[in-house]
Amino acid sequence: MKKFLYTFTFIILLGILFTGAALAQDKLPTDDEVNKVAHNLYCPVCQNTPLDVCPTDACKDWREQIRGMLAEGKTEAQIQQYFVDQFGDRVLAAPPLSTKFNLIIYIIPPLIILAGAIILFRSLKEWTTPKAVEAGSGAARDASEASSQKDSYVTRFEEELKKQK
Amino acid sequence: MTEETSNAKHGVPIWTQVVIWIFVVGLLGLVAFGLRRAQNPQAAIGKPVPDFNLVFYEGYEYNGKKEMKLSDLQGKIVVVNIWASWCKPCEQEAPDLQAAWQIYKDGNDVVFVGVDYVDTPAGANEYLTKFNISFPNAPDLKSNISSILNRQMGVPETYIIDRKGILQNIKIGPFSSVDEIKSMIQSVQ
Repeated sequence: MKKFLYTFTFIILLGILFTGAALAQDKLPTDDEVNKVAHNLYCPVCQNTPLDVCPTDACKDWREQIRGMLAEGKTEAQIQQYFVDQFGDRVLAAPPLSTKFNLIIYIIPPLIILAGAIILFRSLKEWTTPKAVEAGSGAARDASEASSQKDSYVTRFEEELKKQK
Repeated sequence: MTEETSNAKHGVPIWTQVVIWIFVVGLLGLVAFGLRRAQNPQAAIGKPVPDFNLVFYEGYEYNGKKEMKLSDLQGKIVVVNIWASWCKPCEQEAPDLQAAWQIYKDGNDVVFVGVDYVDTPAGANEYLTKFNISFPNAPDLKSNISSILNRQMGVPETYIIDRKGILQNIKIGPFSSVDEIKSMIQSVQ
């Protein structure tokens, strides 16, 4: 009798386990799960509208299609690939690195920012150089030039005096 | 004199300027080259239509083929209709297109091809069933066909290609009657 009870309980537990698994498989993905995938895709018809917030009937259909694909067990990457195969790269939120041309999009902006930073750094350094020193050095240079001119004048004057003597 | 010397000292060195200009010109060249390569050859009235592939929807075929190229249809007048299940004006012309196909299908001289622009398989299937469309229909994968045909405004648009593969006429928007479709085809015949 005890053995029968153990077997019966085991069968019931096994039944519950399998029914739960089957129910979990049948359960359709929630709106949040669908929108999570749809957020990284763009409406192929409307301009710059993510699929999760796009209000058109066509977008509703695509969201339902995503729900169906998720229910089939497809991953987000597989769903994205399906949309790319159907509608092209324009449905992706970010350009893929699959083509060499797209590399420009990822490399050039940081390079331009870096170049801008270097120019800004150099300019700031130049601007913050004390003007007084520069002005001072300019004045000193002028004074020295004036002094050397004066010296040559004095020398010539003295030479002329000597000649007259 | 003193000022000039000072500017030369503080300005960007000539070699840096040369490098920057080479970089900018090179970058512009690279972008132009990439864009040119990415662009499909495009059709224009009076010019041959660049070739494209058609992979028909399940249940559709032409002469037993599930897949074909536009060039396979040379020698026939080809009517390429671009549509979508979410497009209301397309629904307006769909019965007329099907009626016109019924007139021409046995003649084997005119071929109708439907190209479904940016759609869901379920929506497309529902649309084709609703209007009993029997001429071959294919999805416009990656919008390649509409790009080659140089789609002008939206959907529907219909392109009439003559027997030599030259684009002869474009109808932007829906046809209003079967007679309108017939007269466009007759203008090519």
